[in-house]
Amino acid sequence: MTNASFDGRRWHDMGGDIAGPVPTDQHDFSLWEKRVDALMVLCSGKGLFTVDGLRRVLEDMGEDSFETMTYYERWIASVNQNLIEAGAYTTAELATKMAQVQARGTTYGEASDAAR
Amino acid sequence: MQRVKVRADMPPGHVRTPAYLRGKIGVTERLLGPFPNPEDLAYGHVGQSLILHRVRFSMAELWGDAAEAPEDTLEAEIYAHWLEPVDAP
Amino acid sequence: MPHDHHDHLSPSGHPYRPDDDQPLSYWQTLEIAVRELLVEKGITTPADIAVQIDAMDARNPAMGAKVVARYWTDADFAAALIEDAARATREMGFDIGPLKLIALPNTATLHNIVVCTLCSCYPRNLLGLPPDWYKSRAYRSRTVREPRKVLAEFGVTLPDNTEVRVHDSTADMRYIVIPNRPGGTDGWDAAALADLVTRDSMIGTGLPRTP
Repeated sequence: MTNASFDGRRWHDMGGDIAGPVPTDQHDFSLWEKRVDALMVLCSGKGLFTVDGLRRVLEDMGEDSFETMTYYERWIASVNQNLIEAGAYTTAELATKMAQVQARGTTYGEASDAAR
Repeated sequence: MQRVKVRADMPPGHVRTPAYLRGKIGVTERLLGPFPNPEDLAYGHVGQSLILHRVRFSMAELWGDAAEAPEDTLEAEIYAHWLEPVDAP
Repeated sequence: MPHDHHDHLSPSGHPYRPDDDQPLSYWQTLEIAVRELLVEKGITTPADIAVQIDAMDARNPAMGAKVVARYWTDADFAAALIEDAARATREMGFDIGPLKLIALPNTATLHNIVVCTLCSCYPRNLLGLPPDWYKSRAYRSRTVREPRKVLAEFGVTLPDNTEVRVHDSTADMRYIVIPNRPGGTDGWDAAALADLVTRDSMIGTGLPRTP
């Protein structure tokens, strides 16, 4: 069934929508989130991609990602996609590296520290 | 101040003109830039150099009778290619 | 190697950060893998990453508060800040990177409030990373349509004859609201005034503390 009322407005373009109270809960950023942030700044600073490329992929990931992933989970997904598009590494290289990381342990600390 | 109308286009893809401003009339509060077009940069292309307008709208223009306070205002940055001139009223 | 949750030391012998002993998630795995590939490819180094994290950690609302307090106490600076807020801020000695900044002074009849409806653009190189609510659907959706209701949720109620001006941060510029100087602060120096300037008062969802 086609949606005859769709006018082209995309999910992230939410200005003016009806929504509930502004949430007040706040969390401190963890190390892995700060690392994602740093990778974005460093890679864009080296011209591998732009903040516009980051946003483009975040938008294309869709509304479901906004509702089910945290902010920096979405960011690392987008940073990775932009880096693959830029040719920084291949998906095959990434697959091998992710398997190595997972083999190191069951916590972020173990999987991260083992590489030092 | 220059009166401008935001284009009412609805293309798919990455754009930085919010939908709630499209088709609305405001005044250019100041000119900025030029800056590279984010619609090019987002896809890894060289960005076309564009003037950026800071456009002021009235809440009455944006929301009509539903405006919370019609005299309140809103300003946003709109790239030149999204704007059309409006003749003086 | 089994991880002993009682000693809170990582295999490298350093204490775990609070997030480090949670189960490894898929996206954390991706972060580690991307980071290590970038280092192996010579695109960045662990030292560069650490420096960048430290630089971001060092940015916080106190930097913006010093800018506001100087605006209140130094007329020449105030004029320079209106002319080019990024340049004036750099000349105060703040490392704000490539930030392009516009200062939005409140007046007796004008209240400014900043939002980014399309994502969550924020003057992070001056004020640090944004609060979670700034990135929320509710704030991004409602602020452009019913700013007074949003302000009321933050405890700010403005007179009807005060114009509310919403700034949707859609493109290259970032914004800092310059709140009105609180009454009862005649003769205060900039350092004392800066202590009154809250993060939210520079976003526009709050007012400065009063003496």
